[in-house]
Formats: sequence, C-alpha cells, structure tokens
Amino acid sequence: MNATVLIADDEPNIVVSLEFMMKREGHRVLVARDGREALALIRSEKPSLVLLDATMPELSGFDVCEAVRADPGIATTRILMLTAKGRETDVARGLGAGADAYVTKPFATRELLERVREMLT
Amino acid sequence: MSAPLILGLSFGYLLLLFAVAAIAERRAAAGRSLIDNGLVYGLSLGVYCTAWTYFGSVGQAAKSGVWFLPTYLGPMLAMLLAGVVVLRMIRIARTYRITSIADFIASRYGKSPLLAALVTLITVVGILPYIALQLEAVSTGYALMTAAPAGEAAPAYGATAWWRDTALYVALALAAFTILFGTRHLDTAERHEGMVAAIAFESVVKLAAFLAVGVFVTWGLFAGPADIWARAQQVPELRDLGRLGAGSGAGGFAHAQWFAMILLATLSVLLLPRQFQMMVVECVDERHLKRAAWVFPAYLFLINLFVLPIAIGGELYFGAAPVNADTFVLLLPLAEGARALALLVYVGGLSAATAMLIVETVAVSTMVCNDLVMPALFRWRGFGARAGGELTGLLLNIRRVSIVAILLLGYVYFRVAGGAHELVSIGLISFAAVAQFAPALLGGMYWKGGTRLGALGGLTGGFVVWAYTLMLPSFARSGWISADFVAHGPWRLDLLAPEALFGVAGLDNITHALFWSLLVNIGLYVGLSLWRAPGARETSQALLFVDIMKRHHDGGEAPVFWRGRARIADLRALSVRVLGTERGGVLFAGGAEVAAGGALADARLVDRVERRLAGAVGSASARVLVASVVEEEALGLDDVIAILHEATELRAANEKLKSLDQLKDDFISSVTHELRTPLTSIRALSELMLDTPDMDDAQRDAFLRIVVAESERLSRLVNQVLDMAKLESGQAEWQNSDVDLRALIVSSIGAMGALFAERGTEVVADLPASVPPVRADADRLTQVLLNLLSNAAKFVPEGRGRIDVTLTVGARHLEVRVRDNGPGVPPADRAHVFDRFRQGGDALTRPSGTGLGLPISRRIVNHLGGEMWLEPDAGGGACFGFRLPLPAAPEAAEAGRTEQ
Amino acid sequence: MNRKRNTRLALVPCVAAVLLLNFPLILVWDRDVTVAGLPLLPVALFGIWAVLIALVALIGEARPVRRRPDGG
Repeated sequence: MNATVLIADDEPNIVVSLEFMMKREGHRVLVARDGREALALIRSEKPSLVLLDATMPELSGFDVCEAVRADPGIATTRILMLTAKGRETDVARGLGAGADAYVTKPFATRELLERVREMLT
Repeated sequence: MSAPLILGLSFGYLLLLFAVAAIAERRAAAGRSLIDNGLVYGLSLGVYCTAWTYFGSVGQAAKSGVWFLPTYLGPMLAMLLAGVVVLRMIRIARTYRITSIADFIASRYGKSPLLAALVTLITVVGILPYIALQLEAVSTGYALMTAAPAGEAAPAYGATAWWRDTALYVALALAAFTILFGTRHLDTAERHEGMVAAIAFESVVKLAAFLAVGVFVTWGLFAGPADIWARAQQVPELRDLGRLGAGSGAGGFAHAQWFAMILLATLSVLLLPRQFQMMVVECVDERHLKRAAWVFPAYLFLINLFVLPIAIGGELYFGAAPVNADTFVLLLPLAEGARALALLVYVGGLSAATAMLIVETVAVSTMVCNDLVMPALFRWRGFGARAGGELTGLLLNIRRVSIVAILLLGYVYFRVAGGAHELVSIGLISFAAVAQFAPALLGGMYWKGGTRLGALGGLTGGFVVWAYTLMLPSFARSGWISADFVAHGPWRLDLLAPEALFGVAGLDNITHALFWSLLVNIGLYVGLSLWRAPGARETSQALLFVDIMKRHHDGGEAPVFWRGRARIADLRALSVRVLGTERGGVLFAGGAEVAAGGALADARLVDRVERRLAGAVGSASARVLVASVVEEEALGLDDVIAILHEATELRAANEKLKSLDQLKDDFISSVTHELRTPLTSIRALSELMLDTPDMDDAQRDAFLRIVVAESERLSRLVNQVLDMAKLESGQAEWQNSDVDLRALIVSSIGAMGALFAERGTEVVADLPASVPPVRADADRLTQVLLNLLSNAAKFVPEGRGRIDVTLTVGARHLEVRVRDNGPGVPPADRAHVFDRFRQGGDALTRPSGTGLGLPISRRIVNHLGGEMWLEPDAGGGACFGFRLPLPAAPEAAEAGRTEQ
Repeated sequence: MNRKRNTRLALVPCVAAVLLLNFPLILVWDRDVTVAGLPLLPVALFGIWAVLIALVALIGEARPVRRRPDGG
C-alpha cells in the first residue's frame, strides 16, 4: 500500500518523527514548512493524505483545510489535523474547516499510525 | 365621481392598512419582524411628509418657487448628525424606557411631573393646528373628488353643517382606527410593530402616487420639465419662480427667513411627537440608523422632485382661473379626465394625512395619559399606589379616550379656524411650537448644568412668546380678535405688536416668532440653570443622560442613585398592578415565594422596577409610584457625587482585574503551547526508538541528538518562565553593586566567542577606554547582554555575519547598542518585539529561542532604572539598545523609573 | 480618543451642508441661467442635496456595522 503523504508542520523536529513513521509505512513523503507551501504541494502533487499542523506561519492549518475543501480539484484530499490539546476553540474551528480526523499534540505514535492506516484504506 | 365610490375606496384603503399591520404583528410574534431593517425604518420616518407636503408644497411652490425646499433640507441636516444626536436620543430612550418627548425632558430634569405636564400641554396646543390641517386636506380631497364637474372651485369652508361634514367622519373613523392600531395592548417599550409597518407602507403609497402625478403632468400634459419652464418664461408671474426673490417671502430679509425655515425643519424632524415616536421609540435596532440616515433624505428628495413641475404646470394649465394651487395634484388629473390617476392621487393624499394622524395621536395620547392624567390620578388618595386592581386596562382606556379627544379637538380647530391660511403656514406654526423643546432637550443631552428650573422657565417663556407672536395673530386672522391688535399691539402699544415685537419689523411672522421665542427660551434656560444649583436628583439624571455614550463605550453599567429600604413583596405587588401579572412578575426572579417573605430589594432591583414602570406610565409617574411603596433616603448632592465616585472606582477596579486575568490566560496559553512543541518531538522520537528495535545506529543517534536538544530547549524555557514570573511578581533577588559595564561587555562577548567563531560571525566592539560604574546586579546585566548578543547571532547571515557593539557615555546615562547585519525586524513586528513569546523569523532560524529573552531583558533594564528599545531604523539589520542611569544623577534615575 | 475624533469628523459634512445650503453661498446659484432648459437655482439645490445623500450613504454603508466602536 503505497501512498503519497504530505507532512505540513513548521517544527523541523516534529517533521523528522512524522517523516520517519510515514517512510517506514512505505509511503512517499512530501514536506511543507508553512501553509502556503502545503497548499501549493497539495495542488501540484495531489497527495492521498495530509498531516496538517494547525498552527503554522503564513497560512494556518485551518485556512489550508478550508482552501482545500473549497477547491473542487482537491476537495476530496484526506486531511488529518494535528491540533493543540485543550483548546476548545481549535477543535471547533477544525470541525468547521472540514478536516477528516484530529490528533492532538503531543501525540502517541501508535495512535497516529492507526489513524493514518484507517484513513488510507 | 360618486360619493359611495370615494367612501368605499377610502375605507378599503384603511382596511388594507389594517391588514398590513396585522401581518406585521403576526410576523413579529413569530420572531420574523418585518420592520427590523434599516430600509423599513427609513421609510417609516417618511411620516414627516403629511398632507402639507402632498398638497401644500405645490401650493407654496406655485407662489414662491424654491421656498418649499427648506422644510425638506432641514431633515437632511438632521440626518447628517444622526450618528451623533439621534443615536444619543435612541440610547437614552432605550436605557431608561422613555416613551415620549415629554417623558424624555421630564426624566432628564429629575423626573419632574410638572415639566412632563408642561411639555404635554405645549405639544397638544401646538399640534392641534397641524392635526386640523390633515383633516382639512382629507375633506377637501373628498369634496374635490365628489364635486360634479371637474375644475370647479372647491366648496367654501364651514359651508356645510357639521353633521354633514366629511372631516368629522374622517376624524372619527381614524380615531377608531388608531385605537385599534396603537392601543391593542400595553407594551412597556411602547413599540407598535404593526403601526410602523403600516406607516412604512403608507410612505410608499404616497410617494408612488405623487411620482405618478408628477410624471403625468410633466410628460403627459407637457413635453418634459424643460418645456414647462420654457412656457413659464412667457408668463410674467411665473418667470421668477426659479429665483430666490420669487413670491412674497423675499425681500431684504429673505436670507434670515431661509435660514429660519431650515432651522425649524431641522429641529422639527427631531422634536415633532410623531418623528420622536418613529425615530426613537419605535427604533428596533440602533444600527438601522446608518441606513435610515440616507434612505429618509433620499425619500424626501424623490417626493419633492416633481413639486416645481406640477406647480408651474398647474399655473400654466389653469391660467387665470381661480384655482387653489394646494389642490393642483388632484385637479390636474381630474380636469384631464384621468380618473384612475385621480383616484390614486386621492389615496396618496389620504395616506399622507392618515399616517400623520395615526402616529401623532398615538404619540400625543401616550403623553396625555402618562404625563397629564396618570399623575393627577396618582395624587388622588383613593387611587394611590397601594390601592388594589390592575391598571393595565385603565391605562389603555385613558389612551383610547385621549385619541378620540385629540382628533375631535383637531376637528373643532378645523371648524373654527380652518380655511384662514394656506396649508403651509398652519404647519409652520406647529413646527415653531415643538422647536421650543430644543434647548431643554438638546441642551440636556450635552450640558450637565441644565436644571429643572431652567427648563421650566425656558419652555414657559418660549411657549408664551410663541402663542403671542404666532397663535394670537392667527386667531386675529380668523376674526376672533380684532386685527387692530396685530397691527398695533395691545393698548395701541406699537412696541408690543405681536408680529413686530420691539419694533423688529421686516421679518416674516415665522422667522420673527422663532427668533423671539428661542431667544427668550434659551436665555431663560441658560440663565435660570446658572442662577440656582440643581438638586440631587437633577444632578444624577444629568449624569445618566450626558454620559450615556461614554458608558455605552466603556461597556459599564450606570450607577444607581438610590438608597433606602424596599421590600421585594411591595415592589412586586406594584409591578403586577401596573404591568399585569405576567409582565410584572418576570422582573422578580424568585417568584411569589421569595417575594412573600420580608426580603429586601437592593438598589439595582428598585431601579429596574422603576424603569420598567416608566415604560408603562412615564418616568415621573413611575418615580411617584415607587417612592410611595419604599422607604427612601433623600439623597443630597454629596451623596450623588459619592455614588458616582464609587461606581467609577468599582468599574476601574473591575477593568483592571479583567485585563490582568486576560494577561494571565494569554501567558499560560502561550507557555503551554511553547512547552508542547519540544514535548511532541521528544515523545514521538522516543516512542519510535522504543518500537523500532532494528533501527540503525546513525538514525538512532540523530534521534537522540534531537531529544537532547529539545530537552535543553524545554529546561531553558522552564527556567525563563520562572525567571519571568519572578521578575513580574517582584520576587527576584537583586544583588546590586558598582558594576563596570565595559568589563561586562568584554566578558560577555568572550563567553560567546565559540558560538560566533562557529558561525563565522565577526564581532566589533567600540568601547571607550573606561566608563563610570553603574549600580546594578552584575549577573542580571550579563544575562541582558548575552540575550542581545545571542539574539543578534541568530539572525546574522551564516559566514558573513557582523555584530557591532557600542558603548557611549552620556551626561546622565550609559548607552549600549547591539547592531547586526541580519534581515532586520519587519515593520509589522516592530511594536511587538518585547512581547512575550513573540519570536522573530520562522521556525527554522529560531531553534534556540524561547520568545522570552527580550521581554526578560527589558524588565531587568527597567528594574535598574533604565530603558530598552529597538532603534527605529537601523539601516538593514536590527539594532537593540538600552541605557542605564549613572548614579551621579539620581533624578535621572527617577525619571527613568517613572517612564516605565 | 477615537470616539471624540469620530464625533468631530461626523460634524464636518453637517457644517459643510449648513454652509452650502444657506446664504450667502446659495446666492451663487441665484441667477437667470438655465441648465438643459431648467432654471439653475432648483437644479443646484437638488444637486447639492443628492450629493449630500450620496455622502451619507457612502459613510454609513461603507464601514461594517460593529457592536462596539473600537472593540477588539
């Protein structure tokens, strides 16, 4: 099961861990450092799944999510949002923005992998 | 046309109005208000256009050209100030549940019943001619429509016996109609959803009808406006209608008259009872004002567009025939045999008159009931506040009787004085009467010094002068008193001649009356207000009124100027009596059980009850009622000031707490966010290493390095957060000694030497040979220097970075600057560099930052009596500087401290 | 303060209107001239009027309606 996964996070060390996990699963990995770059990559590479950090410079994860859902060409892209825990406003915003699943930071790697597998089947 | 047709049409139209109102009320009950938007609100203000506009403007234009315009330009000026004056009126009325202009003025000056009664009296007397005018217009319209051959002169006034007079039946029909509209139920906010919808509908009808006849005359009878004007040039009497000098009003003093007309209209559109009702009392949402402020003037603009063409066209059409220009709009279609149009125009005129009559009588009946009848009843012992029985029904009945009485009085005036003047001059008499409210009302909204005595004096004086200079001469013209009185004054004292007081001749009568009445009014208002200091209640009400915008802006609650003992049970019984079981009960949260005990009400509850009662019976009566069931302490002026002071202090304290709370929340939220990021990496990488036993060594090594680095970041963050907390709470320990700043800089640069060398950054220090010592904690100061240096090191380009450190000795300070050749601080971020957790650059370039370095540094410098800043323009890179006071100049240190 | 300034700004069009619609400035239009066959004075008065309406509309409708004048 090989898929293209886009990791969008501005924290390089978090990207390192996510990238390792996705590669070990056998996926092709793309990395974006901010929201703008993420959106551009989603448009050009059409990844199957996006691991999207909620708080990024330039364009937040919520904004990216809304933009993806509003663009018919990429609207069906599956999005897993990484949000901060305990911020009710974030969860509410995320639901409104239209992500498929949520995982709060700091995340358990096994739980994250399970969600990714569910989403890619 | 046949009488049954016209009568049927008239009643059919009234039924339609009623249907509109019924639909609106049903929609409102279902929560989908028809009138809850700016457009309908703006249209409902069109009630300003009465039969005077509809018939009279043409009459006036035929006589004097553009002189009909000031009446409609005035409202334009008023609407330009809508956001300032009207908004204030709406907020005051809304906050204190004020339902009439009498209540507004009385409430401002200490809820004075006497003042309320006086304003009501002036209103009734002043407005009767205006009501008569509408009745006259309707009956004239009816007479014209039913007269056999079109174009014949209108029947003479008063020629018919009263029992055959249409105006009487119009008055009675409208009374019934208004009662159905305006007094269906007692609303504590005095809002009439159905009535407003019907009035807005009427505005559309009269505008459509007037535009229709305008188009008919301009393009049906003539070939456009230019054609009308070209033909008018041939007629000597019409030639000058395009000029200011046209008609009788002009002369040497024409500019004064023009100004007076505009002023009069500006004030009237704010102060006429029906305008106050529509604009202030019936306003659903103050935000609608923004749209209404242009919709209403645009409405006036449209309805006036065809006045001149119709006027001149009518004059040309009828030529020398003796036709009253006030009736052109009806006679032109009739003469041409355009029956359908004539019927439409008749309905338009009917709508103009009925709209005014309905709203005016509803507004005035509220005043009569609340400000004349109820206070008299309450004073009567058997009817006092402690008597039993609900008042709701009684209140409604009083209003119903008032409505009938007002309309009948209007009819009587019409029978007695009607026909003596053209429509316009009757209307202007009423305008001048309500203009008397301006000083007390407008002054009271902006000037805290205005007093009850001043308002009473001003209103009385203005009203007396108005009656003397306008009312009496109008009686004389009706033949009630001798015309000689007008020409030469009483006892042949020429100086007292009503239309030329003290020899001021040459002005038209309206300008003359307006000048003298407002002069006396304002003079007495200001003079008497300054002469005697206001009482406690006047002062407290003045504060509540004048500061309304400020309070709204601050979001604070108004102080309650009340002290005493009140039993909840008594207040509850009173509210139920006045407002009915349902409405009265909801004010009391605990229900009957709580109220049944001897529980006492606090000042805020007493205030709330009084305001609610004010909505039903007026503020003056509500005051009397509440005072009768509670034990009050009489407040002195000192008490008022003390209460105000308390309220202000309380508000300030609350605001401070709130902002501290917000600050704390922000801080915690930022700290948790900053902690979460390294934690996420550490946890994820550790779990991965644990779950991947076969991970190759290089990978494991790299992961471990990250874990270590992120752990360091975490501990640094924790340290700094603690540091910050200590500095902020003032718990940090300071070991001050004489410090050599130069030596400190040299050692700090040395400490970071390895880092600079690694990144290929050149550090240039420009330091004097020696500097005087400063009093400081050496470790803290080193912390500041290291912070600035590492901050600069972070942003300089790899390999060719350059950092300049300079130290200069001023007269009272030592100044240190750290400049780098990095990208500099973007203008948008400059204001926030010293905020906590505000980090520059993106995540890649700030792995070691915590976002607390600069804020901590600034706090340290501030604590040492200095200041830290970001240089406004550093020419490319960023330059941070700070200054520390030299001990030789202690006052400078003081100055530095107070600047914090 | 922002609010005070706004109040003062709101006064500007009103003062301008008072000046434009009164003596002596309306004398400018009071002459025997026709515009497209119509007398100058009424045309000018209606014109000024229309401009004022447009101005109020522009000011009122441009800014989004906010509950608090300068709230966060």
